[in-house]
Order: sequence, then structure tokens, then C-alpha cells
Amino acid sequence: MQAARLIPFLSLAGLLLLWVVAAILTDDAQILPTPWTLVPLFNQELVSGELLTHLGATIIRVIWAFALAMTLGTALGLVMGRSARVNSWLDPWLVIFLNLPALVLIVLCYLWIGLTEAAAIIAVTLNKVPNVAVVIREGARALDPDLDAMARVYRMSWLTRMRHVVFPQLAPFIAGAARSGVAVIWKIVLVVEFLGRSSGIGFQIHLYFQLFDVAMVLVYAFSFICVMLLVEWLILQPFERSTRRWRTA
Amino acid sequence: MIRADIKSKSFNGTPVLGRVAFEIAPGETLALVGPSGIGKSTLLRILAGIDADFEGSVERPDALAFVFQEPTLLPWRSVLKNLLLPHPDLTQDQARDMLVRVGLEGKEGLFPGQLSLGQQRRLSLARAFAQAPALLIMDEPFVSLDSETAEVMLRLTESLIADHRPATLFVTHDTREADRLADRTLTLRSHPGGAVID
Ligand SMILES: Nc1ncnc2c1ncn2[C@@H]1O[C@H](COP(=O)(O)OP(=O)(O)OP(=O)(O)O)[C@@H](O)[C@H]1O
Ligand SMILES: [Mg+2]
Repeated sequence: MQAARLIPFLSLAGLLLLWVVAAILTDDAQILPTPWTLVPLFNQELVSGELLTHLGATIIRVIWAFALAMTLGTALGLVMGRSARVNSWLDPWLVIFLNLPALVLIVLCYLWIGLTEAAAIIAVTLNKVPNVAVVIREGARALDPDLDAMARVYRMSWLTRMRHVVFPQLAPFIAGAARSGVAVIWKIVLVVEFLGRSSGIGFQIHLYFQLFDVAMVLVYAFSFICVMLLVEWLILQPFERSTRRWRTA
Repeated sequence: MIRADIKSKSFNGTPVLGRVAFEIAPGETLALVGPSGIGKSTLLRILAGIDADFEGSVERPDALAFVFQEPTLLPWRSVLKNLLLPHPDLTQDQARDMLVRVGLEGKEGLFPGQLSLGQQRRLSLARAFAQAPALLIMDEPFVSLDSETAEVMLRLTESLIADHRPATLFVTHDTREADRLADRTLTLRSHPGGAVID
């Protein structure tokens, strides 16, 4: 048990070692700097406030796109899962959007709406809504019809039904969609920033890409990966566990 | 007045119920019997308004309670919440009194999964009687309980019905049960165009 818990850390240490070895073999800090040369750069960006400014800009976009995609996707999935009629009408759209490359949606949003914050967030949201809808639709199809009948017989209000009958059944699906959602959204947000924003981690990566500064690209990328890992561990995983608590009581 | 006048009910073109018409007077208890698969549960669901896809008409009061074949509780909400959510007007004290009445005192904080099947059935009964329904519908409420527990439940149901006097329609396989609880018995029998009442 103890040994099993160590494995992820050993595995990460292995990756770090691989990086060091590769950096030494490359012997060119322009192409692959060693991990420790990033530390002063990281400090410099942190102290100057650049890192936090761009990190903040990206996180706000992630939050917006996440909230919109989860809300729209859940509503859409719920309706499609509960009504075969609606599903047969909307399913072809869903298939098209699912197979539309993220880049195409982003470029079209920028072309049609302009290089604006709204276009950026809409592009990310549209990329994620179909996935959320598909997952929630599965959940909606698995809703217990007996509980539905019970809620109807006892004339529970719409809100009570949603909160206490439907949502608890959907919670594992929502948690799953949320986890994969965050993972996808933050990657797309970086692309959106890369292509058409003047702030954010993606913008900074674009900047240092043009300057061919690998070290700075790595500093910004790692900073953001760390933030997303924290979100995963501190918010998403605990939420997922809380939705399962009644099962283990 | 509770009145059902069903002309026909079918599932995907297969007729299940034919012409089924009956009335239940206030305070009257009716047993519904018939072989398995004849359409008893279907008839109850139509009367309760759960299934609206049929030919005919049904008249029923709003204050309706249904005891399902399974306890049909919310597994993710506490015993007390399972009573309060369907009855938002019920006070905490009334809910606790009801739990005492069905022998679930001290269990209000547990989840349904932590109750025995018999206890879950009691909770389902408590939910049905919590706000004096005008019409009570029960689908084999005592099935798959050992005979002792079934007897306790039967007595409990008898006393709750005696106190609240709802119009009651319940399905049973047990003629003894029907004789004890019911003023009248409806029997569904098969018929080419769907089951009818004798
Ligand atoms: N949702 C449904 N879709 C299709 N057929 C159904 C559906 N529900 C019930 N049936 C059919 O309708 C008939 C009557 O079913 P019902 O559940 O009403 O029988 P029952 O008299 O309650 O039987 P039991 O005593 O075993 O509970 C059965 O043949 C069943 O297969
Ligand atoms: Mg049945």
C-alpha cells in the first residue's frame, strides 16, 4: 500500500530525470534547457507580475467557457436524453459539432464575431458543449422511471424534482463531464489565445514562440499545468467523491 | 368521486386493457386481483395519472398517494427528507410523528440503503399517509416480505386506512389480504381485446 502510493512520485521523478538527461545530451539551452535554469525565469515572471496577469486572464476564460459549456451541455443532454423526438432532430447536429475540428470553430468564430473576448469564449464553449451533452444524455437515459413516476404522483415541484430526484442521478455523469471538460477547455483556451488574444498563457507562449525562447514557453506552460492539477485535486476530485458519499454511507 | 372509464390501453399495438370502468366511493377500499401480467399495475398507473397514453377518461382527486411495488425512495436523501420532499407543507414534527407511527423512530438521519426492506416499505407507507390522501393506490405493498413482517405491515396499513379513510385501490395476489382490507374486489380477466373486469 505504501509502495503503491509512492509510484506516481517515482514515475514523475523518472520523467524529470529523463528531461535532465535529454537536456545534458542536447547541450543546447536554446532547444532544451535544464529544469533548474527555469527557476530564476519563473521567479522573474512572478515578481514582475507578468505571470499572474496572464494566468488570471486565462483562468477567467476557462471559468467562463466551463460554466457556459456545462450549463448548455447539461440542459441539451437532459432534453435529448428524455425526449426521443428532440433527440432525433438534434442528434445529427451533435454529430457534426463533435467532428468539427476545434481549430475550424475557433477561426470561424474570430472571422464572424471578430477578435473579441466574446468570440474567444464562444469558440471554446462551442467546442465543449457537444461532449458534455453526449455524456449527460447517457445519464438522462439511465434516469430511474419509477422515481420519475413517484415524483409526479406526489406532485413535486420542477425545482424539487431537479434538485432531489434528477440531479443526484446525473451527478456522476456531470462530474465526469466536468473533469474531462476542464481538461479539454484549458487546452482549447490556450489555442484561442494563441490565435487571437493579447493576454493569457496562450498569448505569452505565442510571443516566446516567435522569439524562439523555449525556456519561457516552458515556464508559462508548466505554471498553467500546475494550476490545472491543483484544480483537479482540490476541486474536481473532492466534488466527484461527494456525489458518491450516500452510496458508501 | 373517483371514476375510471377506460376504453382501451395498448402497448405498441398490443392491447392490454379493454373496457374497464369502475367507481370508488370516498372511504371505500377496493382490491384488484388477477393473474400476473394481466395489466393490474398498468391500470393503477392510468388511475394515478402516471400513464396518460390510453383511450378513455379518469377522474381523480389531487391529493393522491401511491405505494409502489418497490419502496421507490430517494437513496441519496435521508429518511426524514424522503418524507418531507414529497410533502413540503409537512412540519418537521409532523414528519417525525409519522415516522414514529410506522416504527421508524430514531432512523430519520439514515439513508434508505441503511434500512431493511421491511423498514423501507414502512417509509413508503409513511410517505403515502403523511398528508391524508383522498385517494390511495397500492401495488402489492406486502409482496416479498416474510409472513410475519407482512402481517405487521398489513395491520399498520389497516390502522392507517381506518384513521384517514382514503378511497383505496390496491393490487394483491392474496385473497386473504383482499378479504381483510377490502370492501369490494375487482377481478381482471383476460379477453381478446384486452383484460376486462368481471
Ligand atoms: N412499458 C411497457 N411497455 C410495453 N409493455 C408493457 C409495459 N408495461 C407493461 N407492459 C405489458 O403489459 C402487460 C401488463 O403488465 P402489468 O405490469 O400491468 O401486469 P400486472 O398485472 O401488474 O402483473 P404482475 O402481477 O406480475 O405485477 C404485460 O404483458 C406487460 O408485458
Ligand atoms: Mg404489477
